[in-house]
Amino acid sequence: MPPVIDRALCTGCGTCVEICPLQVFRHYPKKDKVPVVAFADECWHCNSCVLDCRQKAMRLRIPMPFMMLHIDSADLHENRAANATATPKSAGQK
Amino acid sequence: MEITEKLKADVLVIGGGIAGLMAAIRAADNGADVLIAEKAHVKRSGSGATGNDHFLCHVPELHGDISVAIKEVANSQTALCGEGEMIRYHMENAFDIAREWDDWGIDMKPTGKWHCSGHAFPGRPKIWLKYKGHNQKAVLVGQAKKRGVRFLNHHPTLELLGDASGIAGAILLNTKDTEPSLKVVEAGAVIMATGCTTRLYNNEATPGWMFNQAYCPSCAGALAQGWRKGAAMVNMEIPNRHAGTKYFARCGKATWAGVYRYPDGKPLGPFVTEPDIMYGDMTSDIWSTAFTDVMRKGTGPAYLDFTGLDEEGFAYMRQGLISEGLTAQLDYMDENHIDPHVHSIEFQQYEPHIFSRGFDVATTGATTVPGLYAAGDVIGNFRGGIAGAAVFGASCGVNAAQWSSSHDRARISCDDADIARCRQICADFMGRQNGAAWREANLALQQIMSDYAPAAPYHTRSASLLNAGIKYLGALRENMLAQVGTQCSHTLMRAMETLDLLDVGEIVMNAALERRESRALHQRADCTYTNPLLSDKFMQIWLDGNGAIQTRWRQKRA
Repeated sequence: MPPVIDRALCTGCGTCVEICPLQVFRHYPKKDKVPVVAFADECWHCNSCVLDCRQKAMRLRIPMPFMMLHIDSADLHENRAANATATPKSAGQK
Repeated sequence: MEITEKLKADVLVIGGGIAGLMAAIRAADNGADVLIAEKAHVKRSGSGATGNDHFLCHVPELHGDISVAIKEVANSQTALCGEGEMIRYHMENAFDIAREWDDWGIDMKPTGKWHCSGHAFPGRPKIWLKYKGHNQKAVLVGQAKKRGVRFLNHHPTLELLGDASGIAGAILLNTKDTEPSLKVVEAGAVIMATGCTTRLYNNEATPGWMFNQAYCPSCAGALAQGWRKGAAMVNMEIPNRHAGTKYFARCGKATWAGVYRYPDGKPLGPFVTEPDIMYGDMTSDIWSTAFTDVMRKGTGPAYLDFTGLDEEGFAYMRQGLISEGLTAQLDYMDENHIDPHVHSIEFQQYEPHIFSRGFDVATTGATTVPGLYAAGDVIGNFRGGIAGAAVFGASCGVNAAQWSSSHDRARISCDDADIARCRQICADFMGRQNGAAWREANLALQQIMSDYAPAAPYHTRSASLLNAGIKYLGALRENMLAQVGTQCSHTLMRAMETLDLLDVGEIVMNAALERRESRALHQRADCTYTNPLLSDKFMQIWLDGNGAIQTRWRQKRA
């Protein structure tokens, strides 16, 4: 789910817990220095936790349904060129 | 549920986004003792959390007379619900704030001079100042701190205190600890700045994933809380639907500088045939349904194509995306080898959200309830994005401080009926350990809104659909109050948000019922025409002292 914490790098400073606009994290330092990703599906993928982590211990894993749909631009232009060179049918032609 | 603390402030600001921070700064400058109650953390909350790059502005050295810039607003996507008086006030004040922000350390002149680009028609004046807003929240928080503003992070507001004759404070939920508790704030004036309302309709991009949003999905509350105190709303029935990349929902369509094309390569709109970083492609601003239309007609999908942009243009666009706060999207693209040099990106229209619809305010930021002010995305008679939030936030701050210093403050007792009701709902939710999750109620709300108060295109509303929807929302509320259970302060916050969203849904449905015409994305199957006699009017809707919904048409102020 979206935020993934690298346990080897995290120092447990709690910055991500403090600043996340969606309160995705909870922190129980007596149990574990690394925060818990408690409400992962409420992540807004804003990247605040990645930007503010001094240890660079955070990354976002974007869920599969959020895939960014794209095509090769060359395909658009090939289609465009093909359309431009196609011989227009004259009036009455079947 | 326990009330652990009673606090006092001259001015209570609810929400520490751009509007809230500017309000707090100005209120403090005007001698008020200011407290910001923020649901998350002021440094990274709200739709401007990680940045913005366009600031609606009249720059005298670029535009000359102010009327030039005002005319351009009338041509833009911000015009539909804007009121002449508000647009003029904004344009008269935005540049002063831009200069102030630049002095404070937000780079408003990244090219070294005042420079506008994006959201513009070729050959027409450009009115969006291009800036580097990635650090805007940190800078504004610093300025507020310098002025002695107090912050209460992780304290969403549950209810306003007072009544339609005057606002006296608010009840806050402490979500910092897992175990929830309440705080009460007594205030001389309250400024509502909680941002736009999402999660009301089925998610268009990724059904069921209600937090995949262009705007911050946590921002809700002010409209419902103001509504319950009798504040009048406008434009709630006129849907707003944003567009952006598919399926990764995000704002920023004016920052992407390309040409929208059909799969056969033809441009969608008439404005640009080659990418131009100075203008962008206005097609998506003025033909808001374009991306839905092409899918429905089978002529799509529609792609944004960057072919022809030079290296300087690509660098300008990438910097814009960083300034706009889209670093998560850039990281995703880099990791997945999606490169605008060679790839065209599909765009789509997102579901309706309540954005620049809501509180009917004066240029002072005053709502129709004495002592209650509102700014930013929650105001219904002006849309100005980040710049609008800054200008009207500032105006609220000045006027709320004056109000607070010149009026006697009501004393709040813990026996107050609103406090008792709020404590009871919280206790009921927390006491039901095996109850229904808040998410069930939120999804139920979304399906009712999407079926019975849908937004165009290809969906219509009617009196019979809306009347049925209002009845179903009532049934959902009863179910929710009887069945929802929460386990901690976080889920309690989401459940209370969902109750607020139910109120917002009821406002939308009742306002849509009363507007007996079709206009923009509000299409009525039983009133298919647009009535020109209503073009210069807003319909106010509010709750009277007896809990009855009232409406009234008022003339737009020129």
